[in-house]
Amino acid sequence: MATWTPDPSFYPSPRMAMQAPPERLAYVAMLNVDTAARPDALGVVDVDPGSSRYGRLVGRVDMPKAGDELHHFGWNACSSALCPYAPHPHVERRYLIVPGLRSSRIHILDTKADPTQPKIVKVIEPEELAARANYSRPHTLHCGPEGIYVSALGNGAGGGPGGVFLMDHDSFDVLGQWEIDRGPQFLAYDVWWHLGQDTMITSEWGTPDMIEGGLDPDLLLGAKYGHCVHFWDLRKRRHQQTIDLGPEYQLALELRPAHDPTKAHGFMNAVVNLTDLSSSIWLWHRRDGGWAMRKIIDIPAEPADPDQLPPMLKGFKAVPPLVTDIDLSLDDRWLYVACWGTGEMRRYDVSDPFQPKLTASVRLGGIVGRSPHPGHQGALNGGPQMVEVSRDGKRVYFTNSLYRSWDEQFYPEGIKSWMVKLDAAPDGGLSIDERFFLRFDDGFRGHQIRLEGGDASSDSYCYP
Amino acid sequence: MSDPWQWLALIGLGAFHGVNPAMGWLFAVALGLQEGRRGAVVAALPPIALGHALSVLVVVVGFAAVHAVVAPDHLEPVLVAVLIGFGAYRLVRGYRHRARVGMRTGFAGLALWSFLMASAHGAGLMLLPLLLGMLAPAQMMALSLCGPGAEMTGTVALLGSAGAGLAVVLVHMAAMLSMIAVVGLIVFETVGLGILRRGWVNFDMVWAAALIGTGVALLVLRSTAAA
Repeated sequence: MATWTPDPSFYPSPRMAMQAPPERLAYVAMLNVDTAARPDALGVVDVDPGSSRYGRLVGRVDMPKAGDELHHFGWNACSSALCPYAPHPHVERRYLIVPGLRSSRIHILDTKADPTQPKIVKVIEPEELAARANYSRPHTLHCGPEGIYVSALGNGAGGGPGGVFLMDHDSFDVLGQWEIDRGPQFLAYDVWWHLGQDTMITSEWGTPDMIEGGLDPDLLLGAKYGHCVHFWDLRKRRHQQTIDLGPEYQLALELRPAHDPTKAHGFMNAVVNLTDLSSSIWLWHRRDGGWAMRKIIDIPAEPADPDQLPPMLKGFKAVPPLVTDIDLSLDDRWLYVACWGTGEMRRYDVSDPFQPKLTASVRLGGIVGRSPHPGHQGALNGGPQMVEVSRDGKRVYFTNSLYRSWDEQFYPEGIKSWMVKLDAAPDGGLSIDERFFLRFDDGFRGHQIRLEGGDASSDSYCYP
Repeated sequence: MSDPWQWLALIGLGAFHGVNPAMGWLFAVALGLQEGRRGAVVAALPPIALGHALSVLVVVVGFAAVHAVVAPDHLEPVLVAVLIGFGAYRLVRGYRHRARVGMRTGFAGLALWSFLMASAHGAGLMLLPLLLGMLAPAQMMALSLCGPGAEMTGTVALLGSAGAGLAVVLVHMAAMLSMIAVVGLIVFETVGLGILRRGWVNFDMVWAAALIGTGVALLVLRSTAAA
């Protein structure tokens, strides 16, 4: 039902959103890897430092069926509802749209009555998604001015092309494929946009058959995984430009455009360079009326004793950084880079996006390092992965699992999953919050985190 | 020409339409902020007002055509039904938000956007009861100006309707343009967009209520006149 004034968590600009009150709850996707085939769940974590249950799981909603592989998720509505050309701000940020990446089942959870115990109010079955949009494996989700945009890795039959589909933000019906002309685009992964430029951007991972059985070394060494970024006319729904990073840059994943709509640049991570196992961060920017990309950060692999490496890496005698997620603070100044392989969270000052400066680094877990947490006894495995930054930019949360079948290849002993929080100092420092170490129950692995009221990757803004 | 209150009401409706952020001042402000200059706000105002006026014009022309062939006694109940029906439909169904125009648009795009927004919100419909009261007097006036000329009566009456209709559209547009200019520039220059967070009340509800209210008022006037 429509409200009388806009949802208080909607902000016209990222600058104003930074003044938002601190989040008290975090939602986290929890993948279940039990052999007993128990369902995945959405966890609710108390992140209020004044609470007696700080850093603990205070709620859990089990999905109706097993085997979803919960991964990314997002809100039904956000600050983009204030955009001037499709204004509809009298809705509530209330529902979490939670897709199963493997099952292609999409769950709608209502957080209003009790935010710590959301209720499943609707489930969209994979057959409906395939029938209406001919897509499967829903991945990234963004609340746009005119509906909910969801990327999908595969077509309805599980092959390619993947792409983007739209959902109605009132009824949550799948409206259909977004693309009118996809041009050469075939692989899909992330999707986001520059609302100020009427431009959509998509990146590339692989079709379901390329990823679901694990990272395929033949495909990887054959440079068959995604290495291109696509730019689209957001209004005409047409493909405009492809930028190829080069086939050696495999797995072009997360897209983090500047939040300020007057800026026309953003950041993307390429997970592995085939020549030296390094990871890289790329900047896209405007040039001559189109878009250009350049590599701005290289993170090298670290030499390692083969005895400490999983079978897949033994021959390389090095541990790759495997940068699998990045996040940009709302002031567009700080870029957080999660190195899942080496177990490192890096913080860069990207005030000048062409000249990033590494200002801090924290080590936790890692294939070789196994760096411990000050609030927990013993070595950790897994590494910094899905990272989320609070709206005010002061807190950084992350979990340590990537994707079930890939987890087993890089951490074959089985990831013991955790969620932690760092404090980000205004001068560029990073420190581990000793009080915040959440160990997931055996069988569960944490993935994406969403913060109450919005976070640094949940909202889009039409005003600077 | 006719009752000055009708013209005041027309101006009031122009201002009422203009103050709604969804009718365009907010778009003008956004474009100004995107480019970082007041000139962009100002440049966006005329196409927005034009698109709004064109939407109203379509309704006025359609109404005048119907008015020329249907007796007022039969027209009023239809009008009542249209106003209440459209208002109720909006209240229940809400709005789709297909965005055909985005942040990088020009004169034509803004005019098209404004035309679509005004049409979807039933801006022109809200003017119809006023028009109903204005057309007959305007026809009478045109006829009296021309003097008694039997065979030209139909054409002269039509000219009278056209003149009144055009005046309605232009006056409404001027009022709407003034309002979006004042609100847009004040928000751009001094108030800032923070006002949206609490000040952006649900105009969709207000509009639906206004449409229904107009229909009901017309119904009441009609029954009192009949009694």
